[in-house]
Amino acid sequence: MSLMIILQAGVATGTALLFATLGEILTERSGILNLGVEGMMLLGAMTAYSMSYRTGNAWIGILCGMLAAGAISQIHAFITITLQADQVVSGLSLNFLATGISLVLGEGLNSLSGVPLIPSFNIPLLYQIPFIGPVFFGGHSALVYIGYLMIPLAWYFINRTRAGLHLRAVGEYPAAVDAQGISVYKMRYFYVFIGGLLAGLGGAAISLAISPGWFAEKTTSGQGWIAVGLVIFAQWNPIRAAFGGYIFGALRRLVLDVQGPTMILGMINPFYYNPYYGFFLKMLPYAFTVIVLIIGSREANRKRVGSPAALGLPYIRGQRGL
Amino acid sequence: MSETTTSKFSSGGRFPYKLKIEPRLNNPANWFSTLLSFLAVVLALLVGAGIIALAGGEPWRAYAHIARSSFGSVGVFSDTMVKAIPLMLTGLACTLAFRMRLWNIGAEGQFFVGAWGASLVVLAPILPAETPKWLFVLVMAVVGMTVGAIYGFVPGFLKAKFNVNEIISTLMLNYIAVEWNNYFIYARWSEGGFQMSKVFPKNAWLPRLADYAKAVPEFRGLTMHFGLVFAVVAAIVLWLILYKSQWGYEIRLLGDNPTAAEYAGIPIGRNIMLVMALSGALAGLAGMSEITGVVHRLQGAISPGYGFTAIIIAWLAKLNPFGVLLVSILFGALILAGREIQPSGVPTMIQGVIMVFLIASDFFMRYRIYFARRTEE
Repeated sequence: MSLMIILQAGVATGTALLFATLGEILTERSGILNLGVEGMMLLGAMTAYSMSYRTGNAWIGILCGMLAAGAISQIHAFITITLQADQVVSGLSLNFLATGISLVLGEGLNSLSGVPLIPSFNIPLLYQIPFIGPVFFGGHSALVYIGYLMIPLAWYFINRTRAGLHLRAVGEYPAAVDAQGISVYKMRYFYVFIGGLLAGLGGAAISLAISPGWFAEKTTSGQGWIAVGLVIFAQWNPIRAAFGGYIFGALRRLVLDVQGPTMILGMINPFYYNPYYGFFLKMLPYAFTVIVLIIGSREANRKRVGSPAALGLPYIRGQRGL
Repeated sequence: MSETTTSKFSSGGRFPYKLKIEPRLNNPANWFSTLLSFLAVVLALLVGAGIIALAGGEPWRAYAHIARSSFGSVGVFSDTMVKAIPLMLTGLACTLAFRMRLWNIGAEGQFFVGAWGASLVVLAPILPAETPKWLFVLVMAVVGMTVGAIYGFVPGFLKAKFNVNEIISTLMLNYIAVEWNNYFIYARWSEGGFQMSKVFPKNAWLPRLADYAKAVPEFRGLTMHFGLVFAVVAAIVLWLILYKSQWGYEIRLLGDNPTAAEYAGIPIGRNIMLVMALSGALAGLAGMSEITGVVHRLQGAISPGYGFTAIIIAWLAKLNPFGVLLVSILFGALILAGREIQPSGVPTMIQGVIMVFLIASDFFMRYRIYFARRTEE
């Protein structure tokens, strides 16, 4: 077990989390809380896997997975934006719905073989850098590299563009955006859709690149929920989200790898000699999510940064308040 | 807000009437809300049928199968009730938390640790196998509820002290609870290398209807167990707490208007912890009754997602404890019959569709929609 291999695998595993977290950041920045990420990821994973098999092209599979998750996210958008219903309950229902549809339509997909996957390759030159090269640029799926590009892009979009300014405004004080003649509803629909697309991409990345295959609910095994938690830890900032995503990826990977060797740090490895301790290892990513939430909340309290002010509140034109 | 808002959906054509949507000034009648929920369920079943057909299944046969194999005879109805009992208790757990707008999504995990706590009494062992039944059941219920309460208290404490989002923390604790149980099933209490504990002694089983077949011959083979009494008592107690006690008033006020509650001097943090603990205790009791009433041993697959279905049940019952009991029977039927239906995700999907329609139908509770004659133009 070498540190390099764990980090390298962690970056790959973290990419799915990264996509989902970025998507949820954009959605929440517009003032809509979408708790359906887990379900949307599962739908994306299922659709991408089956469409990749049907069409013989993994990229078409990815696209279909994204569109499926984006489409189902619009149910949540309609219920919360137009019908002004409670965003928590609606997000939970979306989660049930998307999970159920994925299980029904994904029946039998686990027996497929020869499904085209996303290719992996080294990035020339960058790969030569010692340590960092192999970890970040060696033998990764193309989606991992796309992930790298998306982090600064998302940051730049949110903080440095006019559209990003509108996005932040619609999440903080929608009435001001409305007064500017920009449709709050259209913007929110749009960013819920983007969030869906990215959650779908995250799911598709799992089933077609990171740990290929369809394992029903186990395909995502709670990563969508971790992503929702990461958004809070990231304080709605894409750079911090990337940081969190890759750390979590490494942690998920570490849990699998730590049971291999007989010795660890010069000591007898208890996880090797008692494989049942593995159950405690499997708890780690989930326990760590809770710890990260505590850290994130305390820090947010101290620095006085909070969630977007209008997060979770429906916008009704002419009504007092946000 | 009393002024009338014209709908975006209005036809705008020559039609002399137009669709108007305006906020309701007072709450609609109870029958209206029940009717809406009923319509939402019917619509959901229709949409579910569409998706099943799309996946290559036969929706009407699937539904007929669900109805027949859950309400077809006394025997299967008793089995339906067996599935409904854990749903009732976890549904009540969610009802209590949701009434305060605390999103306890962790009933599933609290159910698992409750089952673990009850097993601890037999397998640790806390009580010897010869203990009389009443004492066994009492101690198992108390330990199961206590462990569940602790497991619910933790996210409540984190929410009260650190403002940690309870949705995510309770969800993460679900995964942790399953691994915790797995450790004991595989490593500690495994019997003969199988992933299950030994069977509990008969004294630790909840009484079933079938146990009284000698006195009442009609009860022969009926699996319905004493957990139903737990559920009914819990519903009555919960109703008394929520609607007849000062604490219940505080909970409801905190749910409806936390700012007003704060000005009224109601302690928010303490109530969050108490409500989460009691909610966890109810879900823990569900785990205990499932372990001692149905499976009689600790094993992995003790829940087909009871704690998650409970969320929908609480919502469909409009957070009414007695409504939870009734709605649970319907979902018990869905879970019981759903086991044999292909594709296997159908029950989850139908639950999702029901929930989506239900939350969407809330719109009609808040807004009045009618056709009005065009006057201007």
